Amino acid sequence: MEFFVDENDRVDGVDKVTGKAKYFAEYQLPGLTYGVLVTSTITKGKITTIDTKLAKSAPGVLDVLSHLNKPVAAGYEQAGGSPMKIFYTDQVFFNGQPIALVVADTFERATYAATLVKVNYEKEAFNTDFENSIKDAKAKKLQGQPPYIRGVADAYKTAEVKIEQIYTMPVETHNPMELHGIIADWCANDQVTVYAKTQGVKAAQAAIANVFKIPQENIQVNSEFVGGGFGMALKTWPIEIATVMASKHLKKPVKLVVTRDQMFTMVGNRPAAYQKVGLGATKDGKITGITHTAFGQTATYENFTEGVVNMTKFMYDSENVNTNYYVVPLDMSVPIWMRGPGEATGAFALESAIDEMAHALDMDPLDFRMKNDPEIDPAKKIPFSSKNIKEAYKLGSAKIGWSNRKNKPGSIVDGAWQIGYGVSIGVFNASRGRASVKGILKADGTLVLQSATSDIGPGTGTGMGLIASRLLNIPTNKITFELGDSSLPPAPSQGGSATLSTVGTAVNDVCVSLKSTIAELAANSNMDATSNFVDVLKKNNLPMIEVTKQSQSNQQGKDYSMYSFSIHFVQVKVHQLTGVVKVSKIVSVGDSGKIVSPKTARSQMIGGAVGGIGMALTEEALLDNRYGRYVNNNFADYHVPVHADVPEIDVIFIDKPDFIVNPMGAKGMGEIALIGFAGAVANAVFNATGKRIRSLPITPDKVLEG
Amino acid sequence: MINFQYLRTSVVKTALNLLAKDPKATFIAGGTNLVDLMKRGVTAPEKLIDINHLPLKQIELKNNVLRIGALTSNSALAENAIVKEKFPLLMLALQSGASAQLRNVATVGGNMMQRTRCGYFYDTTMPCNKRQPGSGCGAIGGYNRMHAIFGTSEACIAVHPSDMCVGLVALEAQVVIASTKGERKINFIDFHRLAGTTPEKDNNLQKGELIVRLEIPLNNLNKNFHYLKVRDRSSYAFALVSVAAALELKDGVISNVRLAMGGVAHKPWRLTASENFLKGKQATIANFEAAAKLAMNGAKGFGENDFKLKLAPNTIIEALTVAKAKA
Repeated sequence: MEFFVDENDRVDGVDKVTGKAKYFAEYQLPGLTYGVLVTSTITKGKITTIDTKLAKSAPGVLDVLSHLNKPVAAGYEQAGGSPMKIFYTDQVFFNGQPIALVVADTFERATYAATLVKVNYEKEAFNTDFENSIKDAKAKKLQGQPPYIRGVADAYKTAEVKIEQIYTMPVETHNPMELHGIIADWCANDQVTVYAKTQGVKAAQAAIANVFKIPQENIQVNSEFVGGGFGMALKTWPIEIATVMASKHLKKPVKLVVTRDQMFTMVGNRPAAYQKVGLGATKDGKITGITHTAFGQTATYENFTEGVVNMTKFMYDSENVNTNYYVVPLDMSVPIWMRGPGEATGAFALESAIDEMAHALDMDPLDFRMKNDPEIDPAKKIPFSSKNIKEAYKLGSAKIGWSNRKNKPGSIVDGAWQIGYGVSIGVFNASRGRASVKGILKADGTLVLQSATSDIGPGTGTGMGLIASRLLNIPTNKITFELGDSSLPPAPSQGGSATLSTVGTAVNDVCVSLKSTIAELAANSNMDATSNFVDVLKKNNLPMIEVTKQSQSNQQGKDYSMYSFSIHFVQVKVHQLTGVVKVSKIVSVGDSGKIVSPKTARSQMIGGAVGGIGMALTEEALLDNRYGRYVNNNFADYHVPVHADVPEIDVIFIDKPDFIVNPMGAKGMGEIALIGFAGAVANAVFNATGKRIRSLPITPDKVLEG
Repeated sequence: MINFQYLRTSVVKTALNLLAKDPKATFIAGGTNLVDLMKRGVTAPEKLIDINHLPLKQIELKNNVLRIGALTSNSALAENAIVKEKFPLLMLALQSGASAQLRNVATVGGNMMQRTRCGYFYDTTMPCNKRQPGSGCGAIGGYNRMHAIFGTSEACIAVHPSDMCVGLVALEAQVVIASTKGERKINFIDFHRLAGTTPEKDNNLQKGELIVRLEIPLNNLNKNFHYLKVRDRSSYAFALVSVAAALELKDGVISNVRLAMGGVAHKPWRLTASENFLKGKQATIANFEAAAKLAMNGAKGFGENDFKLKLAPNTIIEALTVAKAKA
């Protein structure tokens, strides 16, 4: 079969849709064995006994690992350290905690044997109630981030017009289609090969080396394809360490793939949030004070914080801003960054409050935002490296038909449906880290680029190929970008929208270097400076030339404030009798510098909007505080949006290069695709109905009773 | 999940004999719910009798009665030409259920036999009288947003999750059931039960019995009908409230009406009082509102699902309004 592939198509698209792309769980190693986890059924306490007799005698079972027979992991022998040391404790920190691993010759046999493991506990009182735990937060002296104050604290309280509201969000789970897991193969001489689902092969390598105290070079991590990560695969979880332990112990390759319900308790989540925003403004619409206090949820055994209040510090031009951020330790599993991480949480509160203020002032929320849009970063008092918000507002509002919007809520009715428009802004750090890339330019006309980065879906290889193609004038189908292999030149994990900027800069440097080498070779062999590299290499009898370059993190942070921005416009329809909300139009505008790979960039924005619909309308992990257990831990009851929830999505890019950030002029955009989206929906629901829903997700019951 | 024996037959009589012999045997058809229940340890049959090859897939209209074999897939039934033309309410109800992939595999009989989606029922570490009689009800005092407002008991407030069954109740279907002793026929509305003190029993199918077909009498309810399902996402989500509504109108007067609700009780909930009220009256919003109000007699919320006391009558009004506007 032949497929049409143009230069903007995803380089691995055909492999992905035809099944050729191989994900971690698909690797078949000789003698592969299968691990299945036994999880705690209490929320807090101590394991008193684990009876594995029946399980061990079940057909095909090789062993049952737990804290009772823990295989030695040298790094775990040291006292202290916060990451949970799996099988090194009899403590139960949360319900659904992995406490034993059954390994058998087939998955089915391991699954069955896991049901035969009998565990007894000494239960202790526990607390999983997030909102109740906030009530006496001061007395509890919660940890968090240092408070931020600019000007006068709580200045909003004395403003001419003020609003003060509370916004809440439930736990969300990443739940990519691909279940989490790992294949570990511990061979002779402490040589370890793993097939992982990870956003960082080097980070996974380091994590395993650290626990087992073996050299990093001994560990080969492969993760060529990742079936979605959204942040959950930024960490090497205890269950992955447990699998490596099992392989070391059994001297056999062991595969672990968790079940869907286990995806809710052992690989992180987006923490619940409780946020209070106070906003003050003059009657003519100038913001005079913002106070943003946020509470996030963390675990008792590990701490997790994120940037919930970040954008409040610089997004709007206010003399007075103060923020506070606290985390509430609960007897639940530890959260981890989820797409748009804390900023998406914070944006929902801030951007709802901004909309509330615009309404209080009887101003168009777009005009109100424009009026308070700062020229320079008001927190750092330095210019933005680039910021085209006003243009983004203009383009997006024209596309969605903002002029049809009425400032008075509930003004547009179409049969049983009320129609409203909402807008919200998203912002995320346009950071650049350090990465190495090796380039091999061959006399057969091809270029191979190598870096130990990952592609969890954004199209890393596609973007890198396009950067190289433009610099070296080589068609993309002659370029291969190799990634997901820890033996390649090092690169950071894929997260925080930094890969294109970080790895792309190294690709840029490699290509510039290769180009100058070719030019030198051409000159030396009396060839024209514009000669094709194939001819130059052949003339010089070189089968290939290669170069490795390391890009550095951006040094201009002192002089410029570097961020990517997004503006989301949505139109919603709200059914007057049933409270059902349908997002009927979406226009997302990305202001993230030069767009390197238009097609995959657009896909990123579409994916972010779909995730945003989930955050706004459907996603909520429900945990029963009486038992500490989730009650909707499956795909039927934890609602990620389906196709029918998603209208056509218009994506607009400002597409102006920002060469301060990197030589491509491109800024990251994976996070901004989602950040702010939920606020736009909530604001549109208010515009449609006059009902302000401050608690996500906006389900029919909340609209009906709002 | 325990090891189990798997048997298959293409003969109804053999299937019935196999089931009658073994108290720990159960039939499997599409398996879209049963396999989940087995994986979660909610149920642990020792023997599965695969009935997919039994000759029970016919759909035929004979003597003004539509006969539907119990092994007809949900999608085959929804796409059937007779169903589309004569029983479009059933088509809508079927299309509102599950996802296209599930409907391709799920059978009519299996749809009737599916168990509640209450989260406490699915988690064997939590209390549930339906799963383990006497263990308590997790949903009372817990997450009960999806739960029943009609016909509840202290033992159980779960709802039956089917959409198809709501449509069938409205269409006054009958169920033909076979056992080694022969066949019997019951009204569809009497097939499912209220929880009462025996929530472990979802329906009145006796041990050893097999649903062989459904029968629906021909009617004139194929012009002004609607199935409205209110849910948390547009597809593949169970109903918060659903309403099957069908009207027969003569000069704006309602000569015949059927109303049934889903997502509100342990069984599909027929709104007889509302139907009686509407018969002979003008099809006006005022009358729809009065009928919806009547439907709510005896409704009771459990906290999180209190919103259904408002959503249910609103959904009735909207379903009737859309049904009236058709044609």
